[in-house]
Amino acid sequence: MCLAIPGKILTAEDHNGIRIGRVQFGGITRETCLDFVPEAEVGDYVIVHVGFAISRVDPEEAQKSYELLESMGLLQEELGPETDIS
Amino acid sequence: MKYIDEYRDGQIARGLAAEIARRVTRPWVLMEICGGQTHTLMRFGIDEMLPAGIEMVHGPGCPVCVTSLETIDKAIEIASRPNVTLVSYGDMLRVPGSRTDLFHVRANGGDVRIVYSPTEALKIARANPERHIVFFAVGFETTAPANAMAVWLARREGLKNFSMLASHVLVPPAMRALLSSPRNRVQGFIGPGHVCTVMGYHEYDDLIREFRVPIVVGGFEPVDLLEAILMLVTQLEQGRAEVENQYVRSVCYEGNLPAQKILAEVFEVCDRKWRGIGGIPESGLNIRAEYADFDADKIFQTENVTAEESPECISAEVLQGLKKPVDCAAFAVRCTPENPLGAPMVSSEGACAAYYRYRRHAVAEHGGR
Repeated sequence: MCLAIPGKILTAEDHNGIRIGRVQFGGITRETCLDFVPEAEVGDYVIVHVGFAISRVDPEEAQKSYELLESMGLLQEELGPETDIS
Repeated sequence: MKYIDEYRDGQIARGLAAEIARRVTRPWVLMEICGGQTHTLMRFGIDEMLPAGIEMVHGPGCPVCVTSLETIDKAIEIASRPNVTLVSYGDMLRVPGSRTDLFHVRANGGDVRIVYSPTEALKIARANPERHIVFFAVGFETTAPANAMAVWLARREGLKNFSMLASHVLVPPAMRALLSSPRNRVQGFIGPGHVCTVMGYHEYDDLIREFRVPIVVGGFEPVDLLEAILMLVTQLEQGRAEVENQYVRSVCYEGNLPAQKILAEVFEVCDRKWRGIGGIPESGLNIRAEYADFDADKIFQTENVTAEESPECISAEVLQGLKKPVDCAAFAVRCTPENPLGAPMVSSEGACAAYYRYRRHAVAEHGGR
C-alpha cells in the first residue's frame, strides 16, 4: 500500500493550477501529479505513490550512500565468502 | 531501473549481512513497521541471510490488514446500494468483512471498481454524473495526501456526486501502542520509509526519549533493509537509542511540506480502531467538518455494528509481532489467499500472504522458523 517507485520526469505542465507530468518507470510511462514536488524538474527522478510524486530523489545523497555501500560489498569480495575472523 | 537495480545488488547485500554478523554479540528482536518491507524481507530471503540471533518480527504497517471490520462492513453496505459506485485500491475488494467481501457484492451486481490512483476516482465521478461515487480511502501517511488532494479537487470543481469513506491510520501512535504493551518484545524498529518521506522523522523523537528504542528509517529494497538492520544492530550493540535515516535519497527530517499541508487542510486527527489491535487514541485521520459534503460517513447513515473476527484467526498477534504466520494452525490449510480467514492473508503486504507466497514450501518441509 505504501509501495512507491522511482521514475524519471519526462514532461511537466500546469493543468488548471495543478502540476502534472509524464513519468517513466522502466518501459512504461504514467501521468503523475507533481504538485508535492515543486522543486523537481524534467530529467529528475521522483518517488511516485498512487499517481503522486512524494519526493525528488536526491542524486547526491544517493551517490554518497551508494559508494559507501559499494565499498563494503567490495571489501567482502576481497576477503572471500567465508571471513570468520572472530 | 535506476534507484532500484543497484539496491538489489547481491554482492553489496552479502557484504552487509557479513558486517551485521561481525557486529552482533547477542540476540536482538527487530521489527519492520511497513508491510512493503515485510514483503521485501520474504521475497529476497533477507531474514535467512541474518545471523541466528537477529529475529525479525513483522509490524502492523498494512492498511488493508488494519482497516476495522466495522469499516469494511460499512463499505460493503454502501456498495450494495443502488446508484452507488464504490471504488478502492485492489486489495480492499478481497478483504473479508464479517459476512462477505466487496468482490461478492460485485458478483451480485454491485458496482465496485478498482483504481490505482484517487484521481481515477474523480474521473469516474465526472463521467458518471447520474451515480454517486464513493472512494473507499485507506492508507497510512504516505497515501493520505493523495487522497486529501482528491477531496480538495472535488470541492474546487463543485463535484456533487463524489465522496470519500476515509479510514486512514497513523504510524507513530501504533508504535507507541506496541511499545506500551507488556508483551512487547521489539528492541529496535525499521521505520517506514515512505511514511517518513511525507511526514519526516521528527515525530519519532518523543518515542525514543520515552522508550529508549532505536529507530532507523529504512527503504524498501534488499540493500536498504540490510543497511537499516546494520544501523540498528550497531546502535543496540553500542547501547545507543537514536533516530537515524538510512533512506536518505527520499527522506529528510522535516518531510514533504506541500504534502503535509494538503493533508492538514482536508483531514484531522481522530481516535481509530485497528483491526486486530483495537482502539488507539489519535491514530487516524478523519475528514474535517469543512469538507463534510464529501464525507461518505456523514452522507450515508449506516448502522454501527460490532463485528466478530473468525475465532481461529491469530492475525491480532501477527500484526503486533507477537506471533509469526506459521504459528497459526490454519496457515496454508484453512486460510489461503483464495480463502482468507483474516486480512493479513489478503494484501500483498500482509505478513501471512508474504509467508504463503515465499515460505509455505519451506514451512511444510522444515516445520518453519
